[in-house]
Amino acid sequence: MADTRTTRSVIAPLALESTTALLRELVAHLRENRTQLREEWARRITEAKLLTAMTPEEVFAEATAVYDNYLEALETGSIEALETYARNLSERIIPRGVETHEVVGIVLLLRDVLARSLFGKYPADFSRVLDAYEPAANRIANTVAVGFVQERERIIRQQQEAIRELSTPVLPVRERLLILPIIGIIDPQRARQLTEQLLRGIRINRAKVVVMDITGVPAMDATVANHLVQTVEASRLLGATVIVTGLSPEIAQTLVNIGVDLGKMNTVGDLQGGIEEAERLQGYKVVPITMEPA
Amino acid sequence: MADEVGLVNDEAVVPIRSDGDIVTARQEGRALASLLGFSSTEATLIATAISELARNIVLYAKRGEIVLALVEDHGRRGIVVTARDEGPGIVDVRKALMDGHSTSGGLGLGLPGVRRLMDDFEIVSQIGKGTTVTVKRWKQGAGPV
Amino acid sequence: MPVPILKQRDYLIATIQAALTDDDLKKLRDALVAQVGEFRSRGVIVDVTTLDVMDSFAARTLRDLSHMSRLRGAETVIVGIQPEVAFAMVQLGLTLEGVPAALDLEEGLAYLDRKTKRKTAAK
Repeated sequence: MADTRTTRSVIAPLALESTTALLRELVAHLRENRTQLREEWARRITEAKLLTAMTPEEVFAEATAVYDNYLEALETGSIEALETYARNLSERIIPRGVETHEVVGIVLLLRDVLARSLFGKYPADFSRVLDAYEPAANRIANTVAVGFVQERERIIRQQQEAIRELSTPVLPVRERLLILPIIGIIDPQRARQLTEQLLRGIRINRAKVVVMDITGVPAMDATVANHLVQTVEASRLLGATVIVTGLSPEIAQTLVNIGVDLGKMNTVGDLQGGIEEAERLQGYKVVPITMEPA
Repeated sequence: MADEVGLVNDEAVVPIRSDGDIVTARQEGRALASLLGFSSTEATLIATAISELARNIVLYAKRGEIVLALVEDHGRRGIVVTARDEGPGIVDVRKALMDGHSTSGGLGLGLPGVRRLMDDFEIVSQIGKGTTVTVKRWKQGAGPV
Repeated sequence: MPVPILKQRDYLIATIQAALTDDDLKKLRDALVAQVGEFRSRGVIVDVTTLDVMDSFAARTLRDLSHMSRLRGAETVIVGIQPEVAFAMVQLGLTLEGVPAALDLEEGLAYLDRKTKRKTAAK
């Protein structure tokens, strides 16, 4: 399987033959000590508190697969199989919340664990081992990290599109009460759509009160905050009161910093409180139903 | 005026001499905007901007004109509104573009407001010669593909 | 074109039916303020449902109307602002601050009933 043409790009061309031979020897050593090194690696991962979103069994299973792919890439110099594996791995672990630094971290740990073992085995050939092992190991680390980041970026792009397409629902909850849960980043374009939708919703549903929940809005700049204030003002012109709920401390700070007149904003801590306030404004009172014994 | 850059269609010229003409200008503007396929919300924004521009002419210059035309740029289509007068001109254009500034009894929302309603905004003013405000609004989603 | 003013109970109702010139608007304002005194009205409703543009002049005139009639003992409520018009107004910076607004005539009447009853009770 060891094809010198693919190996050439991996290692220094100088002393190619002997380096290839040495690398093969190194791989043989790593393969022999697979069980022990794999456990060592998994232990170091746990110690470094990486992949904490995964169970120890899962970490061990992935470690085994990465280990084998790693050795194959070292041996053949071909990173294709590893690339595919890294992509699959990323697809599986990104939804679990695994971060880029964790993936880079575990690959660097593996590189370290293997290097220590090799240096222990060949104490006299330190620099030759390094020459043979390091370029290949670095390229592998790079491949896995880049694969992960690319997958992440792909997912982020996909999510951005989904968010953009996701219309903000204007939900009639009960007579004349609308709820507008806003989730995700608001840009000026979305703020505009949202306002138009809300105003139409107010007219169609003859809404008196709107609870606009922005718990799911991670950040807000001055432009968007002003859009939000405009939404509140426009709703008032249609006779509807807007209650804003779920303002994060950061957004509250933004609003204060840009000097938004909070007197114009009717704010309540959370969605539930907002609905209670809406009921109060509408003159409703929620009372528990007393069950009559049959 | 027909040789102005970017104008591809015949333009509509509405002379502005009295407050009645403000209504005509904005009705013409809304009609053209609808013809170009602007949504009713966008047509309202455009008509409102025209109303403010025409009002500025009546207030400050007494007479002038509003020119409405279709504009195309790299496949984008939009509407261009030019408000032209030969009035006294604006002494401090920068100041006139700031919110809350007014020289005529508390209106003062005109220009900064118009700027917010439209996509592109240009103003040329010369003392004693007059003022020309050119605003454009592009159709949403009609950008180059 | 003058705007017809309807008198109903304690209220004056003006329904704008066509695009108004500045002059028409001023006349409407003056007529309403005069009639508030004449009929001892408690409330004024201006229905702008058919108005397709509310610019700074219209907004200011309505605000003045509201303040003037309040000084003469009547509450003014603007009804029927269309969603697009409201959207354009706030972008322009016209928020009609201090002027009550309601969805339509029915809501406007309900608003005035609440408002004037409360006043009566307080006295």
